[in-house]
Amino acid sequence: MQIPYTSTARPDTGLFNAKLGVWLFLASEVMLFGALFSSYVLLRVGASSWPHGYDLLNVPLATLNTVVLISSSVTMVMSWASLMMKEFKKYRLYMGGTILLALVFLVVKYIEYTAKFHHDIFPSTNTFYAIYFTLTGLHGLHVIGGIIVNAYFWGPGRKMWKTDPQRFTNRVEIAGLYWHFVDLVWIFLFPVLYLL
Amino acid sequence: MSDDSIRDKAGPQHQHTETVGAHVAVHEEAVHHELPFWRHYIFSTDHKIIGIQYGITALLFLLFGFSLMMLMRWQLAYPSEIFPWKWLADLLGPERMPEGIMLPEFYNQLGAMHGTIMVFMGVVPLAVGAFGNYVVPLQIGAPDMAFPKLNMASYWAFFVGGVIMLVSFFVPGGAANSGWTSYAPLSVIATTGQTLWLIGMVFLITSSLLGSVNFIVTIIQLRAHGLTFMRLPFFVWAQFVTAFLLLLAFPPLEAAGVMQLMDRLAGTSFFLPSGLIVSGVPVENSGGGSPLLWQHLFWFLAHPEVYVLILPAMGIVAEVIANNTRKPLWGYKSMVYALIFLGFMSFVVWAHHMFLTGMGTTISAFFQTTTMIISIPSIVILTALFLSLWGGSIRFSVPMLFALAFLPMFGIGGLTGLPLGLAPPDIHLHDTYYVIGHFHYVVAPGTLLALFAGIYYWFPKATGRTMNETLGKLHFWGSFIFLNGVFMPMFVQGLAGVSRRLYDGGIQYAHAQEVLYLNEVMSVSAWLLGVAQIPFIINFFLSMKKGKKVSDNHWEATTLEWSATTSPPLAHGNFAKVPEVHRGPYEYSLPGHRKGFVPQNERVEA
Amino acid sequence: MESMSVEQVKKSVRVYITVFVALMALTMVTVAVSTLHLSVVGAVSVALVIASIKASLVAGYFMHLISEKRVIYATLVLTGVFFLVLMFLPVSHYLDRIFG
Repeated sequence: MQIPYTSTARPDTGLFNAKLGVWLFLASEVMLFGALFSSYVLLRVGASSWPHGYDLLNVPLATLNTVVLISSSVTMVMSWASLMMKEFKKYRLYMGGTILLALVFLVVKYIEYTAKFHHDIFPSTNTFYAIYFTLTGLHGLHVIGGIIVNAYFWGPGRKMWKTDPQRFTNRVEIAGLYWHFVDLVWIFLFPVLYLL
Repeated sequence: MSDDSIRDKAGPQHQHTETVGAHVAVHEEAVHHELPFWRHYIFSTDHKIIGIQYGITALLFLLFGFSLMMLMRWQLAYPSEIFPWKWLADLLGPERMPEGIMLPEFYNQLGAMHGTIMVFMGVVPLAVGAFGNYVVPLQIGAPDMAFPKLNMASYWAFFVGGVIMLVSFFVPGGAANSGWTSYAPLSVIATTGQTLWLIGMVFLITSSLLGSVNFIVTIIQLRAHGLTFMRLPFFVWAQFVTAFLLLLAFPPLEAAGVMQLMDRLAGTSFFLPSGLIVSGVPVENSGGGSPLLWQHLFWFLAHPEVYVLILPAMGIVAEVIANNTRKPLWGYKSMVYALIFLGFMSFVVWAHHMFLTGMGTTISAFFQTTTMIISIPSIVILTALFLSLWGGSIRFSVPMLFALAFLPMFGIGGLTGLPLGLAPPDIHLHDTYYVIGHFHYVVAPGTLLALFAGIYYWFPKATGRTMNETLGKLHFWGSFIFLNGVFMPMFVQGLAGVSRRLYDGGIQYAHAQEVLYLNEVMSVSAWLLGVAQIPFIINFFLSMKKGKKVSDNHWEATTLEWSATTSPPLAHGNFAKVPEVHRGPYEYSLPGHRKGFVPQNERVEA
Repeated sequence: MESMSVEQVKKSVRVYITVFVALMALTMVTVAVSTLHLSVVGAVSVALVIASIKASLVAGYFMHLISEKRVIYATLVLTGVFFLVLMFLPVSHYLDRIFG
C-alpha cells in the first residue's frame, strides 16, 4: 500500500502531506528564533546600559543584505511560478538566481564578521556582540541549509521534473516556503540588531 | 472519492487525476523485492521496525539509568562507606570511587545523568518513539507514518544523542554533574562532560522535532475513511497533543543549549552575571548575562516536557481500561477537551519551578494561578478513568493490573504537586526530597507502570504471542510494592526539610537526623525493585520465542490495530485491505448486539 | 496551488512584483527612520511595526498564506500565542523592578 496524499491533496484538509509538514517545521523554527529574540529582550532590559546597533554595526552593508535577501525571495517564488507555467528553463534561471543572491548574502556576512574579528571584536566581547553573532550566525546556518536544498533542486534533483512534474513542483514550493521563512527572520533581525 | 473498487487497487490516492510519476511509483512497489538485512532491520523506514528499535534502545537506557540510581542509593544509605562489590569499585576507578568510597563529584554525575537518561533517553523515546510509532499508524488505518525516511532519521538522531551522553562518562572530569537542569552559572564552568551533554541534547531535540512533525501530519492526513477526530482512540489523541508539545516547546531549549555552548566554548556571557567569582578567582568573561535566562528557557521546555511524559501514559491506560472493563470510556469527549486544554496550559505554568528566584509578586501570582488551573484537566481525565471502571466487567489481565495501579499512583503524584504550585508552601518544600517524591510518583509509579501495561498489552500484536502471566504478576506486585517503598518516604524526608542533591543524604544536618533511617529503607526498596524487574526481562525475551501463540485479536479489542490486521501486522502496508471506520473506538457491550464488542471497522448492520 | 491555471499564475506574478517594490520601499523607510534616533520606545515600536508589515507581505503573498487552509492557520495562530508568551512572560520577571 502506498502512502496517500504525498502529491495530491487530502479532500477535507486541502493539503498534501509535505505542505503541512513544512509549515509545522516552520512553526518550530518560529519558537527557536523566538527564544533568541526573547533572550535579546531579557538581556537588554536587564542591562544597565546597551549600545545602539547603528553605532557598532555596518548599517549600509546590512541594508544591502536586506535588499539581496528580499530579492532572493522574489526569484524563489518566481522559480516556482515558472514551474507552474511549465517553463523549465525559466525555473533554472530563477532558482540559479536565488542561489547566487544567497551566496552574495553570505559573502557580505563574511566581510562583516571578519571586519569585526580584525578589530578584536568577538562574541565574548560583550553581551550585545554575543547575541549579535549568535542570532546572525544561526540565521547564516539556515541560509547555508537553504542553499544546499536549492542547489539540489537546481542540479541533481531536477531529474524529477521529467518523471513526476507535479511532485517536483510541490517540492520546489516547499523549499520556497523554507526560504521565505529565512527571509522573514532577517526582516526582523535587521532592524532589531542594526537599527535600535 | 470513496469508491471502494478504485481504492482497493492501489491505495486511496489512486484517482483519475493521477500523474505519470505515481504510476511509475506503483509499478516499482509491485516489483519490490526483499531488502538486504541492514536495510530491513538496521536502516528501516518501516514504522513497526523503527518502533521496536526505539523500544529496545529505550528499555536499555532505562535499565542503565536505573542502575545509576541504584548506585546512588548505596551512597545515600551508607554514606562514605566502602562499596561491597570490589570489582565494580575497581572498574569505576580512583577518579570515581577511590578505595571503594564514592566521591561527591561522581555522585553528582550519577544524579545529573540519571535524570537526563531517564527523561530524554528512556521514557520519552519509549512512550512516544516506540509506542507512538508502532501503534498510531495501525490505530488510524495508515500504511505507515507520513514521512518514513524522516522517521528513520529521527531514530538515528536519538541513537547518536544517546551514545554521546554515554560517552560523556569517559571524558576527563566525567559526565555532566550540574543536575539534569544544568543551571547556570555552575553548568557553564563545569567540566567537559557538560559540553557533551549539550551536544547530546541537540541531537535528542532534533530527533524529537523530526518525530513530532511526522506524528502530527500522520494523524491529520492519514486517518482512514470514516475515522473522524472524535472517533480516534484516546491513545492517538494523547500522542497528537504530545507531538504539539514537543514541536513548540523544545526549540527554546535548543536555542538555550546553543547559548550555553557559546558561553562554555566561545567565552560569551549569556548566562554569566557580572562580577562572578569562582574559588576566589574572578571569572574572565564579559559578564552582563543572566542565569535566570537559562532557567526561563530551560523550564519553558521542561514543563511541557513533563506532560510529554504523562500524556502517552494516560493514553495507554485509557486503551487498556476500556478493553478490560468491556465498556466504553466514561466521558470520552470531556477527556479529549481536557487533554487539549492541558496541552495548551502546559505552556504557561513553567515559572512555578522558579518561585524562589526573587521574582516579583505579580508574576508569581500569575504562575500560581495558571498552575492551579492546570490541575483541573488532569483531575478530569483521572476522574473519567476511575468512573470508567464503574459497572464494568473487569478482567484482571496483567496489563489491567498495571493500568489500575496507575490511577491512584498518578493521583498521589498529582495531589502532592499542589503545595509545590503555591509559592508559600513552596518556600518550605522547594529543592527538598518532597519535590523528588512528587515528580517520581508521576513518572515512576505513574508513567512507568502505564508503559509496562502497554508492553504487556501490545506484545501479542507485535509478536503473535502472549507474555507469561505468572511472571507478569510477579513483576507487577514486586514493582508496585517497591516503587512505593522508594518514593513514599521521600515526602516524609522532604517535609522534615532534607534537601535534594546531597551526596550524603543529609547526614550532616540536625533537622535530618530523625528521618535519616528512611534512606536505608528507600535504598533497600530500590534494590528489591531492581530484582523485581528480572522476571520481566526474562519474560520479555523468552515469550518472543516460546510465548503462547494467540489469535490476531487476542484481547477482543475494538480498535483498528486489533481488528483490521494480523498479529504481527502485515509487513508491507499493514492492512490487506484499507480499513473503513464506521463507529467510535470503544463499542463494547453495545445493547442489542450479540457480540460483546463491535470493532471500529465492522460494517453497519443492514 | 496545484490546480492553478497559467492565467492565475501570471496574475500572481504581477502581485509578486508589486510586493517586491513595497518591500524595498519599506526597507528604505525603516533605515531612514532609524537615522532620526527616536527614543527607545518610539524606535522599537516603529521598527517592529514596519517589520511586521514586511513580514506579513512575505508570508501572505510569497508564502501564499493569504489563501491557505484552516489547518495551517490554526497551527500558526497557536504558535503565535506561544511565541508571545515566550517574548513577554520571562521579561515580566522584572516588572516589579521596572515599575517600582
